Amino acid sequence: MIAHGKVIKYGDNVDTDVIIPARYLNTSDPAELAKHCMEDLDKEFLNKVKKGDIMVAAKNFGCGSSREHAPIAIKASGISCVIAETFARIFYRNAINIGLPILECPEASKDIEDGDEVEVDFDKGVIVNITKDKVYKSTPFPKFMQEIIAKNGLIEYIKAMKSGE
Amino acid sequence: MGMTMTQKILAAHAGLDKVVPGQLIQAKLDLVLGNDVTTPVAVKEFEKIGIDRVFDVNKVAIVPDHFTPNKDIKSAEQCKYIREFAKEKGIVNYFEIGQMGIEHVLIPEKGLVVPGDVVIGADSHTCTYGALGAFSTGVGSTDMAAGMATGEAWFKVPEAIKFELKGKLSKWASGKDVILHIIGMIGVDGALYKSMEFVGDGVKALPIDDRFTITNMAIEAGAKNGIFEADEQTLAYVKEHSEKAYKCYQADADAEYTHTYVIDLNDIRPTVAFPHLPENTRTIDAVGEVNIDQSVIGSCTNGRISDLRIAANILKDKKVAPHVRTIVFPGSQKVYLQAMEEGLLKIFVEAGAVVSTPTCGPCLGGHMGILAKGERAIATTNRNFVGRMGHPESEVYLASPAVAAASALAGKIVSPEEVE
Repeated sequence: MIAHGKVIKYGDNVDTDVIIPARYLNTSDPAELAKHCMEDLDKEFLNKVKKGDIMVAAKNFGCGSSREHAPIAIKASGISCVIAETFARIFYRNAINIGLPILECPEASKDIEDGDEVEVDFDKGVIVNITKDKVYKSTPFPKFMQEIIAKNGLIEYIKAMKSGE
Repeated sequence: MGMTMTQKILAAHAGLDKVVPGQLIQAKLDLVLGNDVTTPVAVKEFEKIGIDRVFDVNKVAIVPDHFTPNKDIKSAEQCKYIREFAKEKGIVNYFEIGQMGIEHVLIPEKGLVVPGDVVIGADSHTCTYGALGAFSTGVGSTDMAAGMATGEAWFKVPEAIKFELKGKLSKWASGKDVILHIIGMIGVDGALYKSMEFVGDGVKALPIDDRFTITNMAIEAGAKNGIFEADEQTLAYVKEHSEKAYKCYQADADAEYTHTYVIDLNDIRPTVAFPHLPENTRTIDAVGEVNIDQSVIGSCTNGRISDLRIAANILKDKKVAPHVRTIVFPGSQKVYLQAMEEGLLKIFVEAGAVVSTPTCGPCLGGHMGILAKGERAIATTNRNFVGRMGHPESEVYLASPAVAAASALAGKIVSPEEVE
């Protein structure tokens, strides 16, 4: 699987309250949630984001509330992948469970700038910064998580396990 | 190499003699929890799996507490959806308005968690139950769905940090100040992916309610779980609230910790976390002049009876500053009733505070105490992120019930020592 897009970049500790404020959690409709994605951190996000774009952030991305609405909103906004130095653990699980590709890569997180054009090869765990002509290697997921990602999330994975695939 | 408390509990629930950090395991669950924000998403995912029953009707708990009593039509629809699901699946531990509480105050009170349990909850503050010596962690809705279906969850066995507590808290210091101090010291990702294990002689002198407050905010340091070694106090609590079988775990003498911190409880001062991260802490002595518009006392962090007693003790026969909206929200119906019987509610009302039904409402900017642009609140809640309690340009300062009550009287953030 390959992701290719322009980078929208944020800093440390982007919490799930700013990814999707609680005042919008009275719905779980992805399209509704996407309308308010990143609203309290970056009012321009919705004007900027194009389908396929890549979000890059620094430390502890997705900290705070366990709301799965956060990765759902990011995915529904058109973002194809999130790269960060580290992810908060519940966000990390949620992203894998709903099939939002994420990568931990401190080097890419530091080096990539807002607006850079980036391509990600998930199978190889390789991030290519086309703008800067640089290549970064991310930590590969354990095999078990790769299987969940390959099934496009935990629910499909469990269904496959149940039917003995 | 020996195992930590957390590792031992996980090994036992995975049917293994030993686990090591980094190992991926499949563990059996003693309880799967959700609320009115996360359960609707979980139910949708559960339906996709295509099975018609939950793994155990006694081991799923659903607590509509966030936007309840329903704050608007959409919230009412979400609650209706999960109420019908609970009814259809025969879920025993569904707690409706009138019997409910804020989930993390309610669940231990109902005796649904005991030492040695493995609990997942689709709410980040599920880590609260580590106070009782259980492994307990927050997950998302899909994990909740999978847990309800299979009775199992996957975990990466965590490394751990040891916090050795010694001494005794001084008069106005509390569990809240201990955990704010720790988060200030190690940062909001200081325990990322790890367990925070609390041990030592200082634990004995720490009441259970303070322990709940400490483990409640383990997530605010990025931790997977926080856990206290069970002792006589734990067992007394368990006896009073539960009939479930339990097992107490202690870490091996040669268990490995990535770091050990020794914390002398005598040195802990009332502590305040400034906007917009829980790690931005200062002791009360270094707060300076911070005027407030609202004081919020309650939540899953500090909505227990001892919290309300401390606040009432400060507010008794006094009046809150005229411009400070003071909102007290007990953590459960039981706490509410107890506060009523002890005369605490009367003290709050006479001091000029309002007393709300148990709800998560104000803590996450849902309802019952939203801040306008430029407003400031002192709160006994757990997060002070941008926009957490309302307008993105409002501010939340986190503190103990004692500091929040004293500040309500003074109209600015002050130490309880100043209003004694």
